[in-house]
Amino acid sequence: MTVGQAPARTAPTGRSRNLRRPLVYVLLSLGLLIMSAPFLWMALSSFKTTSELSASPPVWIPTEWTLENFRQLLDKLDLPLHFMNSVIVAVLVTVSNLVFCSMLGYALAKLRFVGRNKIFGVVLGALMVPGNLMLLPLFVLMSKLKLIDSYAGLVLPFAAGAFGVFLMRQFMQSIPDELLEAARMDGAGEWYIFWRIVMPLVKPALATLSIFTFLGSWNNFVWPLIATNDPDKYTLPVALATFATDPNKAGGSNGMLMAGAFLVVLPVLVLFIALQRHFTQGIATAGMK
Amino acid sequence: MGVQNAAGWLFSMPFLVLFTVFMAFPILATLLMSFTDFGLRNVTRPWEANFIGFENYTELFGDEKFLKSLFNTAYFVVVGVPLTIALGLVVAVLLNNGIDRARTFFRVGFYAPVVTTIVAVAVVWRFVLDPSDGLIAGLFSEVGLTAPDFLGSETLAMPSMIAMAVWRNVGTVMVLFIAGLQAIPTEVREAARLDGAGVWQEFRGITVPLLRPTLLYATVITTIGYLNVFEEPFVMTQGGPSDSTLTVSLNMYREGFNFFHMGYASAMAYVLFVVIMGITVLQLRLLKDNTK
Repeated sequence: MTVGQAPARTAPTGRSRNLRRPLVYVLLSLGLLIMSAPFLWMALSSFKTTSELSASPPVWIPTEWTLENFRQLLDKLDLPLHFMNSVIVAVLVTVSNLVFCSMLGYALAKLRFVGRNKIFGVVLGALMVPGNLMLLPLFVLMSKLKLIDSYAGLVLPFAAGAFGVFLMRQFMQSIPDELLEAARMDGAGEWYIFWRIVMPLVKPALATLSIFTFLGSWNNFVWPLIATNDPDKYTLPVALATFATDPNKAGGSNGMLMAGAFLVVLPVLVLFIALQRHFTQGIATAGMK
Repeated sequence: MGVQNAAGWLFSMPFLVLFTVFMAFPILATLLMSFTDFGLRNVTRPWEANFIGFENYTELFGDEKFLKSLFNTAYFVVVGVPLTIALGLVVAVLLNNGIDRARTFFRVGFYAPVVTTIVAVAVVWRFVLDPSDGLIAGLFSEVGLTAPDFLGSETLAMPSMIAMAVWRNVGTVMVLFIAGLQAIPTEVREAARLDGAGVWQEFRGITVPLLRPTLLYATVITTIGYLNVFEEPFVMTQGGPSDSTLTVSLNMYREGFNFFHMGYASAMAYVLFVVIMGITVLQLRLLKDNTK
């Protein structure tokens, strides 16, 4: 093929590309509609009256908006309490991950010591292990330690995740060694270097890690379900799931359930939309090993 | 540059201690428990559990409920993973082709289900699929049809759950593929176009081969996630109707924490773990070196 032929050949392709553009938008919009439909349905339903919830033909948009579902739900379920439980656990998990994962990430990225490769191997291995494998002995261990129904019992198994170590190590590798060497020459200890030089340089990574850890803890279900018996200690997802699967409580009231789901999902969605850039970056970083 | 043995180990210590107590020890303990008759009384007196050899494992493979849960989990994975990957790839390619202005808007929309609490999402979907008052039932009635009882039907319950899983996870796959697509140099695409490659040829000849590492990673993490499926059947169907949505994880949870057959449940956990490891290794082998 000669160069001269090229423009003639690309022209049709170029045109078909432009013709395709509206089609791409149509397809994506259709996809987006399907993706958002359950959320819209949830939000709209939570403001409907009981009669409109079960009206036939269906009422899509409430004609009289009501807060009755939320009122009834808050009567039956102490949401502020469960919300606080979730916040406390998520904050503790996040802070401990930020500190511990960064510490090990720093050691793996920037310190030379015997056993470093073995520890990194352990971290990679830990990434692969499904959480369900540990549940049974963890429950026995926590019962023995009298940590069932305690914040410690909810936090400790997640206090230092392998994902965080991996993420922090990746970011810290890009810090120039000369910078750390210069500090060492000036007599700075590793602890000082870590807190005063390394941590300020990896703020974007810390932001990403905070978001992922906080969210992971916020959405976590299986372990809090097992590690709490006292309803007052339930986190939000456990409270909602228990409420939704207990016919005596929700009594088949879809309005109340949608109001509950709405209140659980809303903070997460708002947080996500506000911080969406960090999410995609974090996933892409973790994916590009 | 010196060697910092003391500092290295001190910085590693918090993670290592937590890892040992809350991960390494439980992994081993699950294995040990799977060879015992560990029950409710042993929660307070773990050392009194009796060693029973491979009895739990032999019992498992004659246990119809377990075999059914294994089948259901396989069903969920075999149908769900390819659907999730394919749709994630389609959305990523669409977003990477000709969309520039609304790209963030679409990306946020497709990714939103990933971040939302799965329990809440399952509660919402249960109502979406409700045969009398649900969203789908409403759409059906608008066109004069009657919606089936999705979650109450043995044949439809699992496909419904798969639909929800695809809906929830397509965003993760999409983000991975977008990153992978953007890593393909534009020169490669332009060269193909100059050679007269059409849209489909470009997709087959360039996009798919160069996305292989991303495809591998996305497939492995989606498969692992789907093999552990728990919340969806827990909230939406409690494993029913007639165990048609009972997954291995849900079965294990029930045996372990409702009936306190903890030795037996441990054996289940290990079978699932071995399956997950086996499939992961297999996928790494199958997908990795085909281009070489």
